[in-house]
Amino acid sequence: MKPIIEIAKLSKKYRYGVSEPYYSLRDSLSNWITRPVKALLSSRKSGKGEFWALKDISFNVKKGEIIGIIGRNGAGKTTLLKVLSRITPPTEGKAVLRGRVASLLEVGTGFHPELTGRENIFLNGAILGMSRVEVRKKFDEIVEFAEIERFLDTPVKRYSSGMHMRLAFAVAAHLEAEILLIDEVLSVGDTAFQQKSLGKMENISRSGRTILFVSHNLGMVKKLCQKGIIIKGGYSSKLTAVDKLINRYQQSGQAFSASIRLDRHNLEFMNFRVNGISIKDEPEVYPENALEITAEYKGSGNKSYDLCLSFALRKKEDYTLMYYSHNHLENIRHMTGKKGNISLRFHLPHISPGKYTLEIQIWLDGHLSADGFELGDIVVASSPAFASNQSFAKFPAHLLIASQWRIS
Amino acid sequence: MFLSSLDFKSGADFGYNYGISAKHMSLPSREIVISPKTFGVIDLAEIIRFRELFYIFSWRDIKVRYKQTLLGVIWVIFQPLVTTLIFTVFFGNLAKIPSGDMPYPLFVLTGLVFWNYFSNSVTHAANSMVENESIIKKVYFPKIILPLSSLLTGFIDFLINLSLLFLFAIATGHIPNLKILYLLPFSLLVTVFSSAGLGLFLASINVKYRDVRYILPFFIQILLFISPVIYPLSILSPSHKIYMAFNPMSGAVEAARGIFSGTPPDFSLMIVSAFSSLLILFTGFIYFSKTERFFADIV
Repeated sequence: MKPIIEIAKLSKKYRYGVSEPYYSLRDSLSNWITRPVKALLSSRKSGKGEFWALKDISFNVKKGEIIGIIGRNGAGKTTLLKVLSRITPPTEGKAVLRGRVASLLEVGTGFHPELTGRENIFLNGAILGMSRVEVRKKFDEIVEFAEIERFLDTPVKRYSSGMHMRLAFAVAAHLEAEILLIDEVLSVGDTAFQQKSLGKMENISRSGRTILFVSHNLGMVKKLCQKGIIIKGGYSSKLTAVDKLINRYQQSGQAFSASIRLDRHNLEFMNFRVNGISIKDEPEVYPENALEITAEYKGSGNKSYDLCLSFALRKKEDYTLMYYSHNHLENIRHMTGKKGNISLRFHLPHISPGKYTLEIQIWLDGHLSADGFELGDIVVASSPAFASNQSFAKFPAHLLIASQWRIS
Repeated sequence: MFLSSLDFKSGADFGYNYGISAKHMSLPSREIVISPKTFGVIDLAEIIRFRELFYIFSWRDIKVRYKQTLLGVIWVIFQPLVTTLIFTVFFGNLAKIPSGDMPYPLFVLTGLVFWNYFSNSVTHAANSMVENESIIKKVYFPKIILPLSSLLTGFIDFLINLSLLFLFAIATGHIPNLKILYLLPFSLLVTVFSSAGLGLFLASINVKYRDVRYILPFFIQILLFISPVIYPLSILSPSHKIYMAFNPMSGAVEAARGIFSGTPPDFSLMIVSAFSSLLILFTGFIYFSKTERFFADIV
């Protein structure tokens, strides 16, 4: 049987100049006039100013496989999905997809704020490639999944960001396609809805559909995928079993991002510190102590955002999520084009000692803009309150609760 | 494993291949081949497959337009009626522009109904790519659907205005001459072809050059003055008339007036306008197909 996806030497070249997308006719005209002069003055090679966003990507996917695609920001993961979903053409190479393809590069593409929830379900469904009949058939299921029955006839602009996200994900999750291309769109909504979404994803994956799944969130990749590839600088690794892949990714030291740049929003977050120590230096923290995470942000431009950050601590060995801070009330409003500091303080509960990875999610105006970025490792020391780590070592407990005994 | 060229039927290089399913029963019937060559050819079968999206975009635009408006659909007839009134007072009564053997209000309303359809379609089509940038970047569909659905959206308004025109004509005693009613589809097709062609062309350059957005209203206004909407072609000398016919809207507007006046315009005028509208359609379509592959990269 032929593989459902065959990718052979797929490459995509971009020009640097294209990163500034707005040309004006005036620039073009003046370019056109000055070009011969410039050409005389400097003999620039034509290959300059170009880069390969993807280079010689080759792998095959069998029907029903779920492939994780991991890599740093800007490595080419999204470009690969865009080429495979025919949004942008490759420069070289070839790919064959045997089946109906649905791509989900963003949740809620084409949602119109003036239209009601009901209307947006049909609009979004059609944009994602569903027919009206299909949407009508799945309509009740979508509404139920999104938990928005009461607001079905309310314009989406009056929805909370959570409701907006739930509805968008619900439509996407009911796509009927043999091949799904998904770009980090999973962690939407509150924790309960995330669980629900993840469950839905697992159901979809068991239904025999083939999925290419891009994520920064290694935990999710590990949970959903059997195999995967690492993309780095446009090149990809071989298709590898997911455990091996994640190990290799982490050992390569490439997993951590020193800073997070949200180019589209002209925002950068950097210099993450835990209790004043740079995250790069593996800060050591003590259970039952206060813990402060700080970061700096720098914005250019004058747009302000409704910012929401959430941090997570994940156990290094098995990816258990140990701590998760996410609260819409903590939103920092109107962060404008300037510099500033952010800090989060919390009391670290008594979790089992060892190495943890600190992850961050960034929400801007209710949209998930950075998902599960791994910032670095934190060492949770064994607590002096308990003589040794014996209790954690013997029992697979994650959390110890200090308690008082009394004998009378 | 790298694919050798032997793995593919040469026919599969473009778009879809339906022939595979018989051999591999378990595989879905559709095969999508992505290669640098696959793009740049507008596939009619593909557009038909996505036809629902065509309606959905129009439906969305119509819905959104009348949400939170007090008068709703009345806006559609408001604009041509008020324009007709003002033009009649200034151009008809004060400037005494001749209107042949029909009253000036009917004369100018006929022109405006077709002109408004043309100018609205061109404007919306030209902005369709930029306005739907977020969708183009995130989802695949034949992009030509967006500018073309602008024409469908405008068509609804056009139908309402056309009924208004007929009511107005009958009420003022100008019964349409049924024998030459064929002029109506002629005018409509010339309008649709030329606005589609111009709209496609402008939509495409609008992606690359944002100046288009600023030039467009000015451009449309200039076009209005060189089209016989507020004046009849008969005020020009016969030798100049034929140059005017290269503007397809000349033929469309003059032909539409023929329905009410009972005399169709010169045959040569209609032929030149028809030819010109087809040329515009063809040019716009070719230019759009040649450039659409990179829209997602530069929009």
